[in-house]
Amino acid sequence: MIDTRKVRNDFPILQKLIDGKPLVYLDSTATSLKPQSVIDAMDEYYTEYSANVFRGIYKISERATEAYESARERIGRFIGAHDSSEVIYTRGTDESISLVYYSWVLPHCKPQDEIVTTIMEHHANFVPWQQAKLHHGVTLKIWYTTPEGQLDLNNLDKIITRRTKLLAITAVSNVLGTINPIEEIVKRVKKLNPQCLVLVDAAQAAPHMPISVQTWGVDFVAFSSHKMLGPTGIGVLWGKNELLETIEPFNFGGDMIKEVHETATIFNDVPHKFEAGTPHIAGAIGLGAAVDYLSKLGMDEVREHEKEITAYALKTLSSIPGLTIVGSQNAENRSGVIAFTVKGIHPHDVAQVLDEDNVCIRVGFHCAQPLHEYLKIGATARASFYLYTTKEDIHALAKGLEKAQKIFA
Amino acid sequence: MDLYREVILDHYKHPRNFGKLHDASATAQAYNATCGDRIIMEVKVNTKGKIEDIRFSGVGCAISQASASMLTEKVKHKSLDSVMKISSRDIMKMLGTTLTPSRIKCATLPLEVLQKAVIAIRPLK
Repeated sequence: MIDTRKVRNDFPILQKLIDGKPLVYLDSTATSLKPQSVIDAMDEYYTEYSANVFRGIYKISERATEAYESARERIGRFIGAHDSSEVIYTRGTDESISLVYYSWVLPHCKPQDEIVTTIMEHHANFVPWQQAKLHHGVTLKIWYTTPEGQLDLNNLDKIITRRTKLLAITAVSNVLGTINPIEEIVKRVKKLNPQCLVLVDAAQAAPHMPISVQTWGVDFVAFSSHKMLGPTGIGVLWGKNELLETIEPFNFGGDMIKEVHETATIFNDVPHKFEAGTPHIAGAIGLGAAVDYLSKLGMDEVREHEKEITAYALKTLSSIPGLTIVGSQNAENRSGVIAFTVKGIHPHDVAQVLDEDNVCIRVGFHCAQPLHEYLKIGATARASFYLYTTKEDIHALAKGLEKAQKIFA
Repeated sequence: MDLYREVILDHYKHPRNFGKLHDASATAQAYNATCGDRIIMEVKVNTKGKIEDIRFSGVGCAISQASASMLTEKVKHKSLDSVMKISSRDIMKMLGTTLTPSRIKCATLPLEVLQKAVIAIRPLK
């Protein structure tokens, strides 16, 4: 069991008061708070060895290279990768998916080919495939959810065909909270078409539950550092080594080359050929410290804690009259994110009233406008939880919602 | 904080000039993609270049709806020139409340739409 009181002491922002009141942070799906150990690891790089990686023949540069690569190894272990060279540093999930778009989809997909994605995707895992359709004539198929926000696996054999080149799917919806059974989906997809690659958007899974890229049996996995206690500006694309060896980089420049001549260039080895220019060194080190923190707590424990908080929040929120929860009511198959609407009050106004008491929630489409349109709902309010969320936070949310209802009564 | 002043809540709950005009001189709309708000403004202009009638419709938060409602009252019978001179600062003054940066867009969306409609009637020189 996670000792929340102890955990919260690790987060300096939770010790501070804003306008004399403590912070009730319920927007971890947008970005998580950072523990002291992550901040310290990055500070240490900047104050003690802030040299460039790979190039310097001097101690602090070698130390920077060692820290940068050691973080890659720990991140690889954290996601169950066989080999840390399969871990590519990017700017975040969006860039990771764009890498697959530019380096794999564009050279490999012809107009008669099909790409499948779901209606519950974040724009990061939707817009690239729409672009492939609009500009390259690839057929885009969308896998719709049931009204409860679940994917029906029995529909798969109608969706995946001999022509399907890629299934791009999220592991966890950032609006519905739905946890998709990736392992089972991949098994069925590979049976229907062994040539179909699977890309998993793990931005909402890697921070909140144990994941294993090998067990999933997928080809690409993308996630961001800042949603899992790490700094902003860095993320990961994991890819199967044999795939990464064959595809070309889409960013060019320093570090990603072995030799450059007037008429030809030989690219560097995997993963370095995908990491052009001076990387976000402190960011990689910070993400390394974040996975250390999460590994020490245990991802099973993190999931258990969030499940408990989610069940409690579902119960608390569903007792508020006029409040409608989007998606499943069962904490077993959903992660710690609850989107909702309050009758007669626009989500913006809900969030504004909550902010008076430092209760932070997100409102709008949460970068998933196609899902909102499919479900025929306007903007929603969204509260999301993490390892530092307490039942007191949920009480503060409920109190704030009642206050908003009073103002707009 | 006094964001939801009585007058704002009143305009939100009982919007003035809400609906459609059957003989509008121009119609304009705008959509705020981050929150899904949509404001539609319809204006009818008389021969003297003054706003004879105005209606707004759409969906949005209390701030954008109240701002639209108050704005329609403010500009009725005013000249197109004076409408084009209204600034976002005037909107803040009209609402009489302090807004955080993320809410300023909500407050100024109706003005943006109205000025779009005016430009449609009388293109900028």
